[in-house]
Amino acid sequence: MNPSAADTWDEFMEGVWRQNPTFVMILGMCPTLAVTVSVVNALSMGISTMLVLIASCGLVSMMRNITPKEVRIAVYIVIIATFVTVVDYAIQAISLALYDALGAFIQLIVVNCIILGRAEAHAAKNPPLPAMINAAGMGIGFTIGLLALGVVREILGAGTLFGVALFGAGFQPWVIMVLPPGGFFVLGAWLLFFSWLERRKLRRQQAKLVEATQNA
Amino acid sequence: MHESAFQIFVNALLANNFVLAMFLGLCPFLGVSGKLDTAFPMGVATTFVMLVASLCAYGLNLLLGYFHLEFLRLISYIVIIASSVQLVEMVLKKYSPTLFRALGIYLPLITTNCAVLGVALFQTAREYDFVQSVTFSVGGGAGFTLALVLMASVRERLTLSNVPDLAQGTALSLMLAGILSLSFMGFAGLGG
Repeated sequence: MNPSAADTWDEFMEGVWRQNPTFVMILGMCPTLAVTVSVVNALSMGISTMLVLIASCGLVSMMRNITPKEVRIAVYIVIIATFVTVVDYAIQAISLALYDALGAFIQLIVVNCIILGRAEAHAAKNPPLPAMINAAGMGIGFTIGLLALGVVREILGAGTLFGVALFGAGFQPWVIMVLPPGGFFVLGAWLLFFSWLERRKLRRQQAKLVEATQNA
Repeated sequence: MHESAFQIFVNALLANNFVLAMFLGLCPFLGVSGKLDTAFPMGVATTFVMLVASLCAYGLNLLLGYFHLEFLRLISYIVIIASSVQLVEMVLKKYSPTLFRALGIYLPLITTNCAVLGVALFQTAREYDFVQSVTFSVGGGAGFTLALVLMASVRERLTLSNVPDLAQGTALSLMLAGILSLSFMGFAGLGG
């Protein structure tokens, strides 16, 4: 891999893993918790957010040299709102059932901190192509976060995955998981899991270090 | 179905609490709820912005409907909210500089508080009239303040107790929020 390709890959993976918006930066919590009652909802929310994110980061980046510093936030917000309106109408045209399920949360993509954060922190300082690649990575990271919650909540709360029943008729759904408290609990559990992983990695590194010094 | 103003208020305050049942405004909820001293003013400031935004959104919606420009709704709502946050910021800066400094970065962030845009969007979607819109926004704001204050009080107590290292920080706050949300489910059906 040549250096520039490696850079691009790095740029992309930043959002997917190291700076994952859901689990590392804890951004965009409202849609994360509100729409993840089923995998289909989570996936469509993730994709719509990603589309808005890529398009608005691209445009913000193209306009970065002609945007006056004082009013930049207002400019970003208007750009984002424009793309959200487009996505909103598109979803309404594609699937009305989905539109009803996601409700106001499609329009609330405007106030998703991830998008404004990316526009301000990355797109405003970089040329369009890297900005859009970074945005795509962030969008995928966000979608992964949504899916992680959606899968757990749908399996536990309804006993289904993508609407297909997983268990026999004797399954008693754990209804609380699809209700609001379940969202908080499942996200909390995922965060605990990740911090446990992190902790374990750290401990192993330290153990290795101790061993190395003892051997020496 | 015509909801009375009282029903709307109780629903927005308790049964459909903005934070704990509808997941609106979680960022400040998790961010500012560390201390009671800042949680309450933050709630009041947000409520005020909500009220202003709701009033403007109501007028604007009539105007947009008159000119058949509904597709501009989202963009104009967000511009209105941004300006009312600016207004609150200027008022606070003039009359209470201490509070202004205490709220810090979270004050301009009210603009990206989904609860504020949520009020405007929901009142439009549910076709509330003027009185209903006002009670809805005040109820929602009071609900937001209530959730924030409850959370802050619990977290203040929690700093004194012994928590496993692993659960420190956001994971713990989320679990707490989950328990609060569970207890708020007990209010379901209260507003009729």
